Amino acid sequence: MNAPTDLQKFLAAQEKKSLLRFLTCGSVDDGKSTLIGRLLYDTKLLFEDTLASLEKDSKKFGTTGEDIDFALLVDGLEAEREQGITIDVAYRFFATDKRKFIVADTPGHEQYTRNMATGASNSDLAVILIDARKGVLTQTRRHAYIASLLGIRHIVLAVNKIDLVDYSQAVFDKIVSDFHVFSARLNFVSQVAIPLSARFGINVIEKSKETPWYTGPALLSHLEVVDVDTALADKPFRLPVQWVNRPDLDFRGFSGTIAGGRIKPGEVVAVAKSGKTSKVTRIVTMDGDLPEAVAGDAVTLTLADEVDISRGDVLADPQARPILSDQFAAHLLWMADEELLPGRQYLLKLGTATVPAQVSALKHKVDVNSLDHHAAATLALNEVGYVNFALTQALAFDAYRDNRDTGGFILIDRFTNATVGAGMIDFSLMRATNVHWQALDVDKAARARLKGQKPVVLWFTGLSGSGKSTIANLVEKALAAEGKHTYLLDGDNVRHGLNKDLGFTDADRVENIRRVGEAAKLFVDAGLIVLTAFISPFRSERRMARELVGESEFLEVFVDTPIEVCMQRDPKGLYEKAKAGKIRNFTGIDSPYEEPERAEMIVKTVAATPEAHAQAIVKHLRDKGYLG
Amino acid sequence: MREVAAEFANPVMLYSVGKDSAVMLHLAMKAFYPSKPPFPLMHVNTTWKFQEMIKFRDDTVKRLGLNFIEYINQDGIKRGINPFDSGSSLHTQVMKTEALKQALDKYGFDAAFGGARRDEEKSRAKERIFSFRTASHAWDPKNQRPELWRVYNTRIAKGESIRVFPLSNWTELDIWQYILAENIPIVPLYFAKKRPVVERAGTLIMKDDDRMKLLPGEKVEEKLVRFRTLGCYPLTGAIESEADTLEGIVTEMFTARTSERQGRLIDSDEKASMEKKKKEGYF
Repeated sequence: MNAPTDLQKFLAAQEKKSLLRFLTCGSVDDGKSTLIGRLLYDTKLLFEDTLASLEKDSKKFGTTGEDIDFALLVDGLEAEREQGITIDVAYRFFATDKRKFIVADTPGHEQYTRNMATGASNSDLAVILIDARKGVLTQTRRHAYIASLLGIRHIVLAVNKIDLVDYSQAVFDKIVSDFHVFSARLNFVSQVAIPLSARFGINVIEKSKETPWYTGPALLSHLEVVDVDTALADKPFRLPVQWVNRPDLDFRGFSGTIAGGRIKPGEVVAVAKSGKTSKVTRIVTMDGDLPEAVAGDAVTLTLADEVDISRGDVLADPQARPILSDQFAAHLLWMADEELLPGRQYLLKLGTATVPAQVSALKHKVDVNSLDHHAAATLALNEVGYVNFALTQALAFDAYRDNRDTGGFILIDRFTNATVGAGMIDFSLMRATNVHWQALDVDKAARARLKGQKPVVLWFTGLSGSGKSTIANLVEKALAAEGKHTYLLDGDNVRHGLNKDLGFTDADRVENIRRVGEAAKLFVDAGLIVLTAFISPFRSERRMARELVGESEFLEVFVDTPIEVCMQRDPKGLYEKAKAGKIRNFTGIDSPYEEPERAEMIVKTVAATPEAHAQAIVKHLRDKGYLG
Repeated sequence: MREVAAEFANPVMLYSVGKDSAVMLHLAMKAFYPSKPPFPLMHVNTTWKFQEMIKFRDDTVKRLGLNFIEYINQDGIKRGINPFDSGSSLHTQVMKTEALKQALDKYGFDAAFGGARRDEEKSRAKERIFSFRTASHAWDPKNQRPELWRVYNTRIAKGESIRVFPLSNWTELDIWQYILAENIPIVPLYFAKKRPVVERAGTLIMKDDDRMKLLPGEKVEEKLVRFRTLGCYPLTGAIESEADTLEGIVTEMFTARTSERQGRLIDSDEKASMEKKKKEGYF
C-alpha cells in the first residue's frame, strides 16, 4: 500500500462523511440487538478477537443454535445477557464509505421507556422494529409516539423476522397499513417500511431475492442517503452561556456551544434576559480567532461593551429573540417511580439555566395507544402529559419544534436529585411575550429608604396554639411604636379572604402557602416589614416561600412549643375536635409537622413570656440592620 | 467539561498518560482557553507504569503549567502488591480501584473526568456521559440518570460524586485522527521501535525494568513493536508493527483486525470482568 496517498484519500473521505444518529426501538425480542450486531458484522467493523469471543459466547448463551448470535455483541451487561433483554441505552458506532453512524440501542420493556426517550432526544431517525408474527403492538405505538414527541421526523418501520412468515407480502402490507393508521396523527416527514430478517441478513445490507415483491431500498442503503438535515445553522442565533471565561482582569469571554444560527465578529447580539445588546468583537479559540462560528461549535465570544452576563443567560439574534417568560405550556414525559405532584417545586434545567419550577396545571395526559386525551390529577412513570409550568424566574427559551436545545428541559427532584421528567416546550403562556422587563425608577430600595427600614419577611411557623399569632402581634406593635411600617398576614384571617376557597388537604396547604408567599413578596417589594403567622407544616413549601421572597429578606422564626403544651392551651378548641375526629388533616394529630432545619430564630415559648420573645425578635432585627 | 467546571465545587481530571488522556487534556486546554483548565490533573500511579510514560507525564505537566497531583496507594506498596506475584486482578483492585477511591476521598473531589469511550468495551457502551456514583463510589447500571439532549443533571448530595466521560462518543479511530489533525503530543511508546520484549502466554510483554523476572524457557528479544494502549507494563501487550509515525498508525488502524483492549490482560481475566470492576468503583 502506498501509505501517504491512501491515507490522505482516506482522511479526506472521512472529513466529508456526514454523521447520522439514529435509534432502534421495538418490543422485547423483536431483534433490535441482533439487527445492530448484523450491521456491525456486515459492515466489517468487528475485530478478530471480538469475533472469536462472540463465537465462544454464542455457544454458551446463544439462542440461535449453531449460528452466531449477533445480539450477544451489543447486550453488554451481565444481567441482561442472562435474561436476554437490553436494560439500558447502548451506543454503537459504525461507518460505511458514505456515512458515519451512531446508533442507540434502546430497550423494549415498558419500565425502561425513559431510556428510549433519552436515545430519541439525541437522534434524527428512528428504526422501529416490528416482529412480523406479532404485528403492531402497544409498545410499537408508544415508541412511535415518543419518537415523534421528541422531535424525530424520520422513521424506518423494520418488519423483522419476515423469514418466519414465509416472506409474505400480505403480512407485511397489513402491518404497514395498521401502522400508518396510527402514525398519520404523528409528525413524521418520512416513513419507510422495509421487510427484513436481521438474523439472516435479508434486506439489511443488500436487497434479497426472497422478497421480490419489495421494491424499496435495503436498510443500510436507505440509512446512507436519507436526508435528515435539520438546518440548525439557518435558525436564529442562540448561545446559552455555559461559563464566563476570566483568566485575568483584561479578558472576559462567554463560553458555550452554539445552539442555533451563526455568528461573526462585528454582529450584534442581545442578552435575552436583560435585553441589553452589544457587538461581538472576537470568536476566541486556542488555534486563533475564527471569522465565523455556526451551530454545534463550542466557542468563546468577547463583546465590545461591559454587559452583565452570567451562566444561564442566552445570547441571541436581536432581530429574532427567544421568548422570555416564567410561564409556558409543555409536553412532559414522567420518568420517576414517584408520581408527579402539581404544585410541588422541582428544579427545571433548560440549557445552562437551572430554576425552581412547578406544574401549575396538568391539562391532560395522553393515551399513547389511541393518542386520546384524558383528564388527570397526576402523572405516573412513563406517562406523558400536557402541562402548564410556572417558574420562579423568567427564562429565555424557544418552542421545542423550533430548537431542541433551547426548548427541551429536564426536571430534577430537589431531595433525591434524580431526573424525574423530560419536557418539551410548546408555547409561552405570557400574552405579553414581547414585553421585556421594565426597570422601574422607584424600586424596592427607594421605597424602603422612605420608611427608614429594610424590607423583610418574618415567617413564623409552628403548631396550632404554639403562640405564633400572639408573638407576631406583639412584635408588630413594638415595631409600629418605633414608626416602622409593617403588615401582619395571619393564617386564620387570610383564610377568610384571599384563600377562602382552600381546604386542608396537602395540595391545598401547598397552594395556601404559595399565595401567602406571593403576597408577602409584594409587600416586601413595597418596602414593608412583613410578619406571617401560619402553621406552614411542610419544609418544601417554606423553602418555596423563602425562594420566592429571596434568601436575604426572609427570616424563619420557629415557634417551638411541645404539642402537649399546645393541646393544653388549645385556644380555639381545635385539638379537642381533631381528637374527636371532627376535623381531619389536623397538624400534629393526623397530618405531619416537619420542623425547620435552619430557622434563623427559635422561640421556646415554655421558657419565657411572649413579651420577652417579642423583644428578642425586635432586637435581632435591629442588630441585623433592618430597622435603619 | 465547562458544564462540570461551572457546576461542581471540586472537579479533577484523571490523567492516565495514554492517548485518550492526551486528547481529553487537549480538549480541556481548548475549552477553557485563554484560561487554564480550572481543575487539577491527577494520576493514580500503580508504580508499574512504563518509565517513558512517567517522563512524558512530567514533561507535559511542565510544558502546560498545570496543577498536578500524583497518588500512590502506599498501603498497597507496604503489602507488596505487584502484578507478577499478586495476579493482575488483585493488583488492579488494590493499586488502581482502591487507590482511586482513596484519592477521591482524600481530596474530596465531587466530579472526576475520565477518558473512557463507549466503543472500548461492552459495559462502557451503556454508561452515561455523566455517571453517578454513590458515596462509596459504586455504580448501579440499573439506576442511571437519563441523559436527554445536552442537558446534564449535575445535582449530587454531599459525599456523592460524578464521573464524567467527555470522550464517550469517540472511537479509537476518531482519537487517532484527532491526534493527527491537532498534532497532539503522545507517549513515544505508541510508535514502533526496537524494544526488549518477552513472549508470555501469547502476549508480548516489554521488559521495562529489572523487577520483571524471566520464567524458565523465556528469553528477551529485541522486536520492532508498539503499543495500542498503555497501562502497567507487565499487563500491557505490545504488537509487532512498523508504524513509527502518526500517519503510519492511522493507516494501520483502518486495516486493523483486532480490537485495542486485546492487549489488556485485565479484561479477559474473568467473565464480564470490566463490569464487575466498575460496580466496585474501577473507572
